[in-house]
Amino acid sequence: MRHAVVLLELGGVFLGLGILGRLAGRLGLSAIPLYLLAGLAFGEGGLLPLVTAREFIEIGADVGVILLLLLLGLEYSASELTASLRAGAPAGLVDLALNFTPGLAAGLLLGWSPLAAVVLGGVTYVTSSGIVAKVLGELERIGNRETPVVLSILVIEDLAMAAYLPLVTGLLLGGGLLASALPVGVALATVALVLLVALRYGETLSRLVFSPSDEVLLLVILGLALVVAGLAEWLNVSAAVGAFLLGIALSGHAAEAAQALLTPLRDLFAAVFFVFFGLQTDPRSIPPVVVAAATLALVTTATKLATGWWAARRAGIGTRGRWRAGAALVARGEFSIVIAGLAVAAGLESSLGPLATTYVLVLAVLGPILARFIEPLRTVNLPR
Amino acid sequence: MDITETALPGVGLRHDFTTRAGRQLGVVTHRTGRRDLLIYDRDDPDRCEVIQLTDDEADALADLLGADRLVSHLAKLQQQIEGLAIDWLEVRAGSPYAGGTIADTQARSRTGVSIVAIVRGERAIPAPTPDQRLEAGDTLVVVGTAKGVGELTALLGS
Repeated sequence: MRHAVVLLELGGVFLGLGILGRLAGRLGLSAIPLYLLAGLAFGEGGLLPLVTAREFIEIGADVGVILLLLLLGLEYSASELTASLRAGAPAGLVDLALNFTPGLAAGLLLGWSPLAAVVLGGVTYVTSSGIVAKVLGELERIGNRETPVVLSILVIEDLAMAAYLPLVTGLLLGGGLLASALPVGVALATVALVLLVALRYGETLSRLVFSPSDEVLLLVILGLALVVAGLAEWLNVSAAVGAFLLGIALSGHAAEAAQALLTPLRDLFAAVFFVFFGLQTDPRSIPPVVVAAATLALVTTATKLATGWWAARRAGIGTRGRWRAGAALVARGEFSIVIAGLAVAAGLESSLGPLATTYVLVLAVLGPILARFIEPLRTVNLPR
Repeated sequence: MDITETALPGVGLRHDFTTRAGRQLGVVTHRTGRRDLLIYDRDDPDRCEVIQLTDDEADALADLLGADRLVSHLAKLQQQIEGLAIDWLEVRAGSPYAGGTIADTQARSRTGVSIVAIVRGERAIPAPTPDQRLEAGDTLVVVGTAKGVGELTALLGS
């Protein structure tokens, strides 16, 4: 009887998400905000609270984070990472300064602990590479000259995450800056080592892992990712970072084949993760933070616009291209939630979860819309 | 003509150039094999019109634009080197040398023609040794005089 209920609940959740995803596609929106809303509805104090399937969803959410970061690592090869870092470092620094600061300042102004403020800084800093890739594809902007600027900022943000996630994980475990220096040091050394190994022996490693059979490859890579993530978690370096580094270390055939195989799986578990995050947030805790979230969203929309504008100008892009680059970067999504999720799991600052949820709800919707309509706006304003 | 190559992290590569008439053209090669043909805007040189091409479509377009001309150009070049003939000869199933070695054919001493490579299915055997075995279906890449190549063709087929 219990099994029947679990199946019914899970099936209902997936079916509901499928319908929401379809609706999002119709409206030309990212599905992330709708998944978060679904999570709010399924959680405590929501419309349809889940009872028995929660355990599965909790584990599924962990797997979702691991797959999100693994595929992020697979997306870029080690040589692309180092090349972007060399060419785009100034833009990356401006991005960090302009977009981390508002979150940090807001956290402090709200009277939160410095650590909670650092987490909020991370939430406002990271652009959603998933949403950006989708938007650039749909608006046919992959060939545009400002696009490499946008992509290289995303690459640098991803690298920054490799340092930031272990830092925050370490700090959340308690013991202050000094005690977390060791895991952070370990993580940074591992990042450097993995990059070096991937640059030198990426081909060999990939040949070892590669199998022409899809089934074998899927099992091997998924198994490896979970084992590496588990080890990283055990070493207090954050499971997500472990998966990310594994993704970077793999390249060539194995990476391409794994990317194609794991993408549907990632989409499934990432959806579960967004639901789980929403699930942990009591809808009644949202109204008190709406004003703060909306203000923060407005400010960080402006700062991302400025980042893209500046970086594109530096690359010699014309005025209209600069606005397009800025607007493309506005969307926040999966990684903001991943960061907030760490703090929520550690029981830090009760209003962080609702604030991050509302913030991402606003910008995951606003970002793509802004990217789409910045063009006609500018065309009308500019005399040809 | 300068072709600029730009890396698109996570996507693939973009190549672009400016035509003599001043228009800018480009191609994005996605890692998945998809190609996008880009035609840049006159008013906003950073923006482009995108035409998505599948693998097959990109091949067809490349053929239309010049691959065929390149092949006929090569053929002409070959005839222009006087006294030298390069040819591709197939070892048919009924050939007396199918299953034999290169030495068995005595191609060099009887016709003056060298077998410089063997193409077997997807694989090539460059600079084969005399004891290399020939199989039915092999294609021999041969170099010699036009007369010699003709004689070898007869020898292989008879």
